[in-house]
Amino acid sequence: MRRFSGFAVAREAMRAHKGWEKQWDNPELKSSYDVIIIGAGGHGLATAYYLAKEHGITNVAVLEKGWLGGGNTGRNTTIIRSNYLFDESAGLYNHAVKLWEGLSQDLNYNVMFSQRGVMMMAHNVHDVQVFKRHVHANRLNGVDNEWLTPEQAKEYCPPLDISKSARYPVRGAALQRKGGTARHDAVAWGYARAAAARGVHIVQNCEVKGIRRGASGEVTGVETSRGFIGAKKVGVVAAGNTSHVMQMADVQMPLESYPLQALVSEPVKPCFPCVVMSNTVHAYISQSDKGELVIGAGTDQYTSYSQTGGLHVIQHTLDAICEIFPIFSRMKMLRSWGGIVDVTPDRSPIIAQTPVEGLYVNCGWGTGGFKATPGSGHVFAHTIANAAPHKFNEGYTMERFTSGRLIDEAAAAAVSH
Amino acid sequence: MLLIHCPYCAEERPETEFAHAGEAHIERSTQMGELTDEGFANFFFYRDNTKGITYERWRHIHGCGRFFNAARDTVSDKFLVTYKAGEPKPDLSEIDNQTKAGAKS
Amino acid sequence: MNAPVSIQPNRIPGKGRLSAADPLRFTFDGKTLPALKGDTVASALIANDIHLVGRSFKYHRPRGIVSAGSEEPNALLGIQRDVARHTPNIRATVQEVYDGLEATSQNRWPSLKYDIGEINDIASPLLSAGFYYKTFMWPRKAWDKVYEPFIRKAAGLGKAPVHKDPDHYSSQHEHCDVLILGGGIAGLSAALAAAKNGARVIICDEQATFGGALHFDSDVTVDGMDGFSWAQKVTAELAAMDNARVLLRTTAFGYYAQNYVALIERVTEHLSAPRADLPRERLWEVRAKKVIIATGSIERHMVFANNDRPGILLASAARTYLNHYGVGVGKNVGVYTANDSAYAAAFDLKEAGINIPAIVDVRDNPNEELLAKASALGIRVLTGHGVMAAGGKLRVSSMSVAPVNGGANEVIAVDSIIMSGGWTPSVHMFSQSRGKVTYDADKSRFVPGVYAQDCVSIGACNGTDNLSATIDEAIAAGEDAARAVRHNAKQSATAINATGGEAWEGTLIGAAPGAEAGKVVKAFVDFQNDVTAKDIRLAVQEGFHSIEHVKRFTTNGMATDQGKLSNMHGLAIAAEALGKDLPEVGLTTFRAPYTPVTFGALVSHSKGTLFEPTRKTPMHDSEVAIGAVFEDVGSWKRAWYYPKTGEDMHAAVNRECKTARTNVGMFDASTLGKIEVVGPDAAEFLNLIYTNPFLKLGVGKLRYGIMCREDGFIYDDGVVARIAEDRFHVTTTTGGAPRVLNMMEDYLQTEFPHMKVWLTSTSEQWAVIAVQGPKSRDIVSPFVEGIDLSTEALPHMSMAEGTICGVPTRLMRMSFTGEMGFEINVPADYGRAVWDTLYQAVEEAGGCAYGTEAMHVLRAEKGYIIVGQDTDGTVTPYDAGLGWAVGKKKTDFVGIRGLKRPDLVAEGRRQLVGLKSVDGRSVLEEGAQIVDDPNQPMPMKMIGWVSSSYWSGNAQKPIAMALIEDGFNLMGKKLYVPMANEVIEVEVCKAVFVDEEGGRLHG
Repeated sequence: MRRFSGFAVAREAMRAHKGWEKQWDNPELKSSYDVIIIGAGGHGLATAYYLAKEHGITNVAVLEKGWLGGGNTGRNTTIIRSNYLFDESAGLYNHAVKLWEGLSQDLNYNVMFSQRGVMMMAHNVHDVQVFKRHVHANRLNGVDNEWLTPEQAKEYCPPLDISKSARYPVRGAALQRKGGTARHDAVAWGYARAAAARGVHIVQNCEVKGIRRGASGEVTGVETSRGFIGAKKVGVVAAGNTSHVMQMADVQMPLESYPLQALVSEPVKPCFPCVVMSNTVHAYISQSDKGELVIGAGTDQYTSYSQTGGLHVIQHTLDAICEIFPIFSRMKMLRSWGGIVDVTPDRSPIIAQTPVEGLYVNCGWGTGGFKATPGSGHVFAHTIANAAPHKFNEGYTMERFTSGRLIDEAAAAAVSH
Repeated sequence: MLLIHCPYCAEERPETEFAHAGEAHIERSTQMGELTDEGFANFFFYRDNTKGITYERWRHIHGCGRFFNAARDTVSDKFLVTYKAGEPKPDLSEIDNQTKAGAKS
Repeated sequence: MNAPVSIQPNRIPGKGRLSAADPLRFTFDGKTLPALKGDTVASALIANDIHLVGRSFKYHRPRGIVSAGSEEPNALLGIQRDVARHTPNIRATVQEVYDGLEATSQNRWPSLKYDIGEINDIASPLLSAGFYYKTFMWPRKAWDKVYEPFIRKAAGLGKAPVHKDPDHYSSQHEHCDVLILGGGIAGLSAALAAAKNGARVIICDEQATFGGALHFDSDVTVDGMDGFSWAQKVTAELAAMDNARVLLRTTAFGYYAQNYVALIERVTEHLSAPRADLPRERLWEVRAKKVIIATGSIERHMVFANNDRPGILLASAARTYLNHYGVGVGKNVGVYTANDSAYAAAFDLKEAGINIPAIVDVRDNPNEELLAKASALGIRVLTGHGVMAAGGKLRVSSMSVAPVNGGANEVIAVDSIIMSGGWTPSVHMFSQSRGKVTYDADKSRFVPGVYAQDCVSIGACNGTDNLSATIDEAIAAGEDAARAVRHNAKQSATAINATGGEAWEGTLIGAAPGAEAGKVVKAFVDFQNDVTAKDIRLAVQEGFHSIEHVKRFTTNGMATDQGKLSNMHGLAIAAEALGKDLPEVGLTTFRAPYTPVTFGALVSHSKGTLFEPTRKTPMHDSEVAIGAVFEDVGSWKRAWYYPKTGEDMHAAVNRECKTARTNVGMFDASTLGKIEVVGPDAAEFLNLIYTNPFLKLGVGKLRYGIMCREDGFIYDDGVVARIAEDRFHVTTTTGGAPRVLNMMEDYLQTEFPHMKVWLTSTSEQWAVIAVQGPKSRDIVSPFVEGIDLSTEALPHMSMAEGTICGVPTRLMRMSFTGEMGFEINVPADYGRAVWDTLYQAVEEAGGCAYGTEAMHVLRAEKGYIIVGQDTDGTVTPYDAGLGWAVGKKKTDFVGIRGLKRPDLVAEGRRQLVGLKSVDGRSVLEEGAQIVDDPNQPMPMKMIGWVSSSYWSGNAQKPIAMALIEDGFNLMGKKLYVPMANEVIEVEVCKAVFVDEEGGRLHG
């Protein structure tokens, strides 16, 4: 792999960039692999990368029915934070934040991780109680998160309206300074390039149509639009389509898939310094490196695989944005889009072995998977390589829905991801 | 915004009058207390989450208030039919082919 | 305003449709300029011979006006009416001039002509597509401190508004039979045909006047008049019909499921002094039975070296400026084309007296008739030639022309170049409707293929080039649509006769000669985002083979024009580099909105007090009158505390709590949810819904009930009163009312449909006044008739019906304070009157009103839980110490099975207990975490958390409730609450801090 650096860019600039190589190859498919990952999104590619890097498993194929990074990785609002309440969540997401901090260097790909701070607004007494509970738990878990008064929140984010006359006045905020955003496409591309450099095959336009199982029920490979490919282990990382893919192995999942929409404004000069989330008013917003305001909407109410949703969901989101930031009323929506998120009953992911031998699944990230990408790939690779979970995903089993040992951040906090 | 036909009101109304209420035809056991842990998990948490034609529940919450069922294609979001709660799954072969073709496109 | 037209150097007398009798003035970068009514900012600037209007995003290259429509990538201006009405990134080609308009160029410093950012153009070899992914990584710290701030500072175009938007917006829902998108000749013909056949029609167009291509196409004659005049006549005809609605300046921007189309109408932005009652913009949300898409096509630019110099623009735009606005784009206009349309433009310009030094046509054999006409007009045509580069910087000054197959360069002086690479059908709305396009290889274009919704495309957007074919197609579409929905309407044929408007041939997609692979030139594909042909090739070289990857890596098509000019070029260059056919590479997804839409318009009325409704109790105004401070609870405003002069919250709450315990307090409990459960099976139904047994509850008795979901976690709680054998008055938490009723309805309708039960929300029907304290009976009894209030007749947890202050009441003897008390339900309309009467009595007795904060303290002193505060969706009734409320003998209730799951019966669950601060004064913070060992290393093992915590004036100490692992077995144990700056020692205790025996309840 040709190293990326300022010097390399300068050298190529002198020769019309003729020397840049393909960032990943389109390899010849082999008839079998040690591990097949279904889904070349950020989580799948990260899994392949860490399988190769940390576990020496390089005979790996990542199969993607479309183009890599084309699912939720390329459709989310790129918020990264780890100020979750429960120990299981704090462990997993903070593991991810630590990996984010060195990711550009590790991958030799600038993923533009920007620790501009994530601020969660409290609008009533209940919010204050909930967020303070987070702040205290985070502090004792070694996760940064601090409480701000309305005035401090305004100082950190000047466009904020903290007037008492607002319908839901700001009563304070929880700020995670280490939270922020990253360039989502670069995450997929950086992992793809780094994984490919270690020998991983990334196979796009290759749809998995079936999961083949042997005499004792174990996984033996996958049927694809390009024929059968053998594998000892298969990891399903097909966010949005997990239920559909797992059905191929006759495994029913505790999942429902919903449309999730987002939008950006036209680009404007820097005017918004951080990420702001409000659960009571239902909005989250940041400004991208390009100058666009990036705004997330909620899910539509019905299950769907259509990657589209209703305008009213976007309108409701903009209602909220303009309520908290009345100065943005004259800004314009440039582009809106939808993705499909699969949601578990406790809104926490499943990163685990399945009842089928050799079949692993990483799913159920709901609306908040992007932030976990490096951590998710890292612990899932560990789980596949060792047929046993990493300490940070021990709780994220499917069995928790039978035992009742849920990791229910939403119920505990009325906080969406 | 979807348009949804309420089988009780016998009218198409905008989606904002309705609340989606999850997968349909999942019956609560009359011997609830006797279910196994797995049986309970299946009843309460596990879902088909069909990519294609799904049977689902809606409530006309800002209308007549009734729960009813629908067959809808989750790929195109088109409704094939809605029907009253308690009625069996409809025979979709009786739905005219045009609706089906439309739903598939 | 007397700006003489003569000082507009490019305004051509006798040309165009604007009147010199309507002069206006506007400013551009502070300079006052004349214009005519009907001008766009772009046409007025060009009339004043200003082409340089902005700087590009990355390289800060000088940029001019490229188009005459919404596809404009370059001419984005800040438009300001006054300080608070500043809007960035407005397309000069769309914004109409009004008198006094202020326009400012963007993305330049210190000025448009001398922009320091231009350094990026010189450094551009370093700034190739995606360069930022490859660098700025070392040293690690420099990213946060140096590189990223630098990148961010360079980002964006215009400046975001800094003032609250003073304008208002409106929205309207509309249903129609036929919605027609686009008011060109196709759309108008279809609208006429549909409307004449009885259909309710809406037709919209983004421009200020209908006509579409008829704005520039001076060759078309319709029904004996010039095309544009015909369009105005038909518009007037439609506007006069009862069944047609005509929407100008209205863009269809989103096509959603089931023919739901969103339109945005710009209502006031073209007016000098708009009436204050007019909305700035209006959102139309249209549900149409049939949609006819007549969105036309967009001319493409030519991708050649320095094709972005100001003064280079689309041929059809030049023709629009001439024929509609009466403005010449220059005095000496070169033509570069691969399509016939540029000839028509050249001929019009020539006939208006503008010099055309040459038409450069990449084709070897263009249409003979055009060549003959050029010859007749004395225009030199260079076939088989290309423009290798444009000269000039702030304004194009020359074009360097050479044969396509190689040969000597000839430099031709120009002050403008008009160009045409052919036309791209506007399939945006069709694609948004989820239709699938197909590739028309003959003409190298994508046209509508498979439809997904009940719509049809007509005219240029359907790939129909010929004028009469377009009209036939349009009339057929209009008539078919009308007849499909209006079966009984009288049928009426529409005949429209048109001549002219020859179909234009010729196309060039991708790089023009001289900008091919290997040529190191800046030939722009996407102007605004500074994407060149070689950037696209670099993307392919680096392995970005999906068109979506190419787009994202280069940012081609992601600027504010969303690729209206650039997408096809980018696709063709990528396909060539990949060695594939265009359709194999495929199009990127067309996403809403078609053009950018103002947030405020999408918000419309949902702001300020209408953002979300505010719920107030019937007694609200009386509470305001006695000085209540309110808090938001859900959508309710609830009286939080009632400070007397000089009191802070703490003092007020202490006083209220003390008064309620020692004297009497009254509390507005109206926000509690109320549900009337009626019917022969009502008791059995409640027995299934609540964990408690309900069958044996006597008439006139109350019971505290807990409700779980099937998973066994506490969902809600409340007091249930049995009014009669078959009638219950159920209360819920304030926030829980809708979801509890929904859950009850769900079970009743779908799981227990055999039960004869009726559920009615009565939350808004009853006002509820709690009167609590030792004197409560004394206060209430003088006003009550028909009820014996003695403890013998009406003991704790019982109720009776009678009257109070002459008003019917359901009077309940119950308490959420631990004191003897009553909750008085009266019809909501009488709530305030009864409150006022009782308040007077309370005040005279030395009592007071207390708010939600005192209510919280009083109940915590007794250890009563608040669902949602002391429980959080992970707490079972057993965890909350309410196991007594679970009916052990019941064979079924909601939650019976969930409660038995392994983890819910495991050892070590968090249980609700009381906490005392060992120092006797530290009030714990709600949400604080509890540990066994405060000296352990991070991350600490947390064994619980503080759910409620207050200073109790009555107990004269801090009190708290907490959920702690195995808490019931830890009574008396010392634990620790580590705060940021200190560790607070606490002791586990029972969650009762006042009157442990409960004697006070009974008065």
